[in-house]
Amino acid sequence: MPPEIARKTPEQLLREVQAEEGAAAKGHLKIVLGYASGVGKSFRMLDEARRRRERGQDVVVGAVQPKVPPEVAGLMQRLEVIPLKPLGDGSAIDVDALLRRHPAVCFIDGLAYDNPPGARHPTRWQDVEELRAYGIKVIASINIQYVAELREQVEAITGKHVAQTVPVSFLKSADEIEIVDAPAEEPLGRSPEEQESAQKRAQRLSKLRELALVLAADVVDGQLTEYLQRHGVHQQFGAHERILVCITPRANATDMMETAQIMAERFHGELVVAYVNQPQISAADQSALDEKLALARKLGARIEILEGEDPVDAILQFARNAGITQLFIGHSQRSGLWSRIRGNPVDQLLQRSRGLDVRVFPQ
Amino acid sequence: MAESRRGKLKIYMGYAAGVGKTYQMLDQAHEMKARGVDIVVGYFEPHGRQDTIAKTDGLELIPRKKVEYRGSVFEEMDTDAILARHPQVCAVDEFPHTNVPGSVRGKRWEDVEVLLEAGMDVLTTMNIQHLESLNDHVFQITGIRVRETIPDWVVQQAGEVVMIDLTPRALLHRLQRGVVYGREKAEQAMQNFFRESTLVALRELALRETAHEVEHRTVVDGRDAQRQAAGGSAIPRAPHKILVLVTAEPETAMVIRRAKRVGDFLGAECFAVTVETAGDLSSLPEAGREAIERHLNFARNLHIETRILEGDEIAPVVVDFARRNQVTQLFLARPQERPWPLPLFSRDLVQKIVNIAKDMQIVIVAARDPLAHP
Repeated sequence: MPPEIARKTPEQLLREVQAEEGAAAKGHLKIVLGYASGVGKSFRMLDEARRRRERGQDVVVGAVQPKVPPEVAGLMQRLEVIPLKPLGDGSAIDVDALLRRHPAVCFIDGLAYDNPPGARHPTRWQDVEELRAYGIKVIASINIQYVAELREQVEAITGKHVAQTVPVSFLKSADEIEIVDAPAEEPLGRSPEEQESAQKRAQRLSKLRELALVLAADVVDGQLTEYLQRHGVHQQFGAHERILVCITPRANATDMMETAQIMAERFHGELVVAYVNQPQISAADQSALDEKLALARKLGARIEILEGEDPVDAILQFARNAGITQLFIGHSQRSGLWSRIRGNPVDQLLQRSRGLDVRVFPQ
Repeated sequence: MAESRRGKLKIYMGYAAGVGKTYQMLDQAHEMKARGVDIVVGYFEPHGRQDTIAKTDGLELIPRKKVEYRGSVFEEMDTDAILARHPQVCAVDEFPHTNVPGSVRGKRWEDVEVLLEAGMDVLTTMNIQHLESLNDHVFQITGIRVRETIPDWVVQQAGEVVMIDLTPRALLHRLQRGVVYGREKAEQAMQNFFRESTLVALRELALRETAHEVEHRTVVDGRDAQRQAAGGSAIPRAPHKILVLVTAEPETAMVIRRAKRVGDFLGAECFAVTVETAGDLSSLPEAGREAIERHLNFARNLHIETRILEGDEIAPVVVDFARRNQVTQLFLARPQERPWPLPLFSRDLVQKIVNIAKDMQIVIVAARDPLAHP
């Protein structure tokens, strides 16, 4: 029997059931993700609304951008629009009217808005949550700039502060995500200064584009895992690189962890550092281990303390369940009696790590 | 006019048939034409899709060339006719296509190279499955070994790679409505390649790869800018050097792909060697020589430099070569688990190298088995 097919743990069974239940109750959410204004998100959204309507679906538009280009205005005339509700000096989507109307699908162009005081919820994405709770399917658009967790990164790129954001957990709760990817327009040659500023702008946009593509990939990865769990499959497809660094108190782990971190970053992958618990270790070993774990945390790794009599077994079992694609280990320093009885652990790992790339580091 | 300038390549990247690559490409062609750009369609594959066919209205199509092979007539892109017409921009569908035997060039991407060299800009379409370095990943996801591949360097030299995205659910709806294939073929496709889990995984690959392509271009542009500012020198130092061991074993192709991919991502130089007693392949039996030649050729096609080293024993010769050339990472194949008799030779080889090369990183690359889908 292939070793990849792991037996299910009770936690995995529970997750399957939860995934099943979660999928049934709520209105479907589809996110259209862009990386800048002007990439054609609004047109694409409302064009989808038009197509759905032409196919006979009950479609309304619950929010549009404050300023729309002529081709989008043209589309709006062919659609049912429930206008924003004025509140104080601002406005918010009209949740009551939308719930009364209860369409099959509601389009929200622009998700990242804080509502004015007196609205039902402080933010628009929470309004959308309510629509979904009543079983309305929502298709909503957002730009990468407005994702709360990416705010620092985006500000470092654009130099602009963004006040109104949506948490990434909301985007990850979407059933579908679609990215509108169009590269930045070629900077047209005018004066050298204009050309230079256009080039800088293109660079900034490229970085935002990259962020958006990676976020979409992460959401898709989560969906894939959930989909597979719902269907009782506990294996990974390896579309996402996941690097596992195995450390011991005495091994020289700095090079390993730093290389792993660079690799994880370049591959937009995940970094995990694991240690197999050993029952009695000396105070010196413990403090050496703590130092390594501190470095792992600093590098942004997820840390796993594994249990098991046979460290090779513990590592391989964890790697298979977690969908690890690359295993980093140090050259064994053990020699003598231990190796003679149980075999060199590096050799053992190499022999039993079917399906995994193994990277052995110098010590 | 600037005939000496090489044209720019733009790739519309997708993850499956029917996501709208060709449609988007033709949409852009119309937009360019409206702006007064001299653009033609060099090759178009209709696949019987009405929306897409309608999109060619109003665009100049270069007629295909008829090629006879074994009594049948095939139609290929007419590269000579495009060269003679010489527009500013040429749209070419299905970048990874293999030309029928007897054509001047084996692959469509090679025809596109000719157009680029002649100074034309080219718009083209491809799916992520056809990228050489992802061949094993795709095999793992789909269970299909894709034969029509494009070397990564061809894609890397594109000026732009754009992801044409569509959610798998929307794609499956299109299939059901018969937009992509006829209904009968759609049923069949949905049971095989178009399973939702397959599509989701391929889409993730495409998104990550496009992100990488975008990043690669941003970094390269940034380096260029820095280099210009520094007066045109200052080539960035490659932090790593990668060496691939080539043997006659079939896993070698996979190791070459993986090593090149890591090299590209780390900005590391990559080369491949094999070890033979006589310093050439003459003393090998026919089958072994043919396999090694094929692997060395494969490496060269991916722009990896190759060498044949002289020596009786592989492990010490390779490790010595690696040390003398400041190699930091040595890539080997994980021996396949085959029925008895166990391939003691390759297992011993890996173990030997691991035991003597304790001063560098050794990467033992494993085959990615195709996975079960729900």
